[in-house]
Amino acid sequence: MSAISNRSAPTASTASSARQTPRWWRGSTFTTDRILSFLIVLPSILAIAIFVYGFIGWSVRVSLSAWTKGLIPNYTYSGLDRYIALFSDRRFGIDMRNTAIFTLLFLIACLSVGLLLAILLDQHLKGEGIFRSIFLFPMAISFIVTGVAWRWLMSPATGSRISGLNLLFDQLGLDFLISRWHTTPPPWGIAFVVIPAVWQMSGFTMAMYLAGLRSISDDLREAARVDGANELQLYRFIILPQLQAVTLSAVIVLGHTSLKIFDLIVAISQNDIKLDVPAVYMWRTTFDGSNYSRGAAIGIIMLITVAVLIVPYLITSMRSQEAKL
Amino acid sequence: MIVVRTLMRRFPRIALYILLTLLAIAYLLPIYLLLITGLKPFAEVDLQTMWRLPTQIAFDNFLGAFDKLWPHLRNSLFMVIPAALLSSMLGSINGYIFSKWKFKGADLVFTLILFGMFIPYQSILIPLVQFMEFIKLRGTLAGLILVHVIYGIPITSLIFRNYYAQISTEILEAGRIDGAGLIGLYRWIIFPLSIPGFVVVLIWQFTQAYNDFLFAVVLTNTAQWPVTVALNNMAGSQIVQWNVQMAGALLAALPTLLVYIFLGRFFLRGLMAGALKG
Repeated sequence: MSAISNRSAPTASTASSARQTPRWWRGSTFTTDRILSFLIVLPSILAIAIFVYGFIGWSVRVSLSAWTKGLIPNYTYSGLDRYIALFSDRRFGIDMRNTAIFTLLFLIACLSVGLLLAILLDQHLKGEGIFRSIFLFPMAISFIVTGVAWRWLMSPATGSRISGLNLLFDQLGLDFLISRWHTTPPPWGIAFVVIPAVWQMSGFTMAMYLAGLRSISDDLREAARVDGANELQLYRFIILPQLQAVTLSAVIVLGHTSLKIFDLIVAISQNDIKLDVPAVYMWRTTFDGSNYSRGAAIGIIMLITVAVLIVPYLITSMRSQEAKL
Repeated sequence: MIVVRTLMRRFPRIALYILLTLLAIAYLLPIYLLLITGLKPFAEVDLQTMWRLPTQIAFDNFLGAFDKLWPHLRNSLFMVIPAALLSSMLGSINGYIFSKWKFKGADLVFTLILFGMFIPYQSILIPLVQFMEFIKLRGTLAGLILVHVIYGIPITSLIFRNYYAQISTEILEAGRIDGAGLIGLYRWIIFPLSIPGFVVVLIWQFTQAYNDFLFAVVLTNTAQWPVTVALNNMAGSQIVQWNVQMAGALLAALPTLLVYIFLGRFFLRGLMAGALKG
């Protein structure tokens, strides 16, 4: 019966208990079922082996080739030429700087806004569900829609063409907030693209922090209050230290989203090179410029950046699972 | 006096509600603008009054946008529904095996599979396009479905694996004693308990595939463009008015927004499953 009463979706804490290998499995003679079980997952394993690992390998090969123009592949080996060229490529330099600024600000803003919203919502309010839904709904929308909408909201036009948020600020008498937004001269234009990204992803961060806050027992809070801690001290010394694991998970998810950011930039920048990022450069140079080997090299550099973040995380979580067995 | 004292005591609460309401207004602002712009007659559309409510309701902008986007909206739905269904079935059987029938090295294999959900797809894009061309599926919705199903394997298997990990081994042992094998246990015990898991995965894959832009833009031509590509194209054109673009953006967001409004609870679970790995 426990399985039936436990039908809510898995969370990190409850998922581990039943993961042990069933007793009837170990040393049993159900060899046919065992072989069958492997055959069932084999197509998926093969699909990932080819479409993820095989294709990554093939991309590496393309990045080391001389296929720099035209649709006809040219696999002449040319070593690390493309990578070396990229590091003195002005556009790629802009891309790296933009990614660094975007990722840093996006992480800081998402984590602080998400944590703030979660703490505000954790005060046993009426209407908590409504607020939560409002902060989370942008997550259901595509980055393209967000980009198209925010491009108009962040219109830098002035005078009689003034529109979007600038117009709103003007009409509300908040003129000091009027900004050139994403058309601010480099390097800070990209910083404004963080605003729609945070609008879209902060609700998700909030949901993660809220789940973390809800898993801290009331006894602990009570004990701290009995010891004379005020609300501020309670959060500073008791609650925030317990949210470190949530912060790590959030950094992983937000960080890899941000390093790969693509659709949002495409929709907002509409080809403005000042807002360029590696993902967009890869797409343009490959499919518009037919420079396949440069495109592949950018893709592989992106992969390495993301892998630095993800691989340690995956290895740790695999180890911790094995330890539970 | 009593009123004042009550107010004083309740002040933090009231401040909290005011703060949250202001934040909520800020989050809703973009949707408010999309909605009121969409509902204005063409005659009332003016940059100067873009934040004002319409004096009369008209659907000019929505109809204008619908005209341009409908074929692509249809493409999106024809692509997304089969992709979500196939993904969830595949995820369910994978999750079953990886939680209840672990072979030697299964955890390592599973971790290697999971890596596939984090990679930037730019790193596999060129071989993918070449491969899809080779098997003559580039420029077809079927090809796009295949791609979403394959790259959906990591997340769908993960959600189902974590979900099935909660189903107690005792129940399966009981089934085992009654003579059920691998298939029987799935058919009679696991599958009937899977409905919530399917809802989570279906919604997740629906949203992911619907919101995708990268695969669609490199693997389809104008005729098969899903709505994200069509909308981006519309936004980049000088001919289409901003008001029609805004109505189009709302139209394109509508399917996933409706799913979120009516099934938000399950949507959230999918999100969390992607982040908190058991």
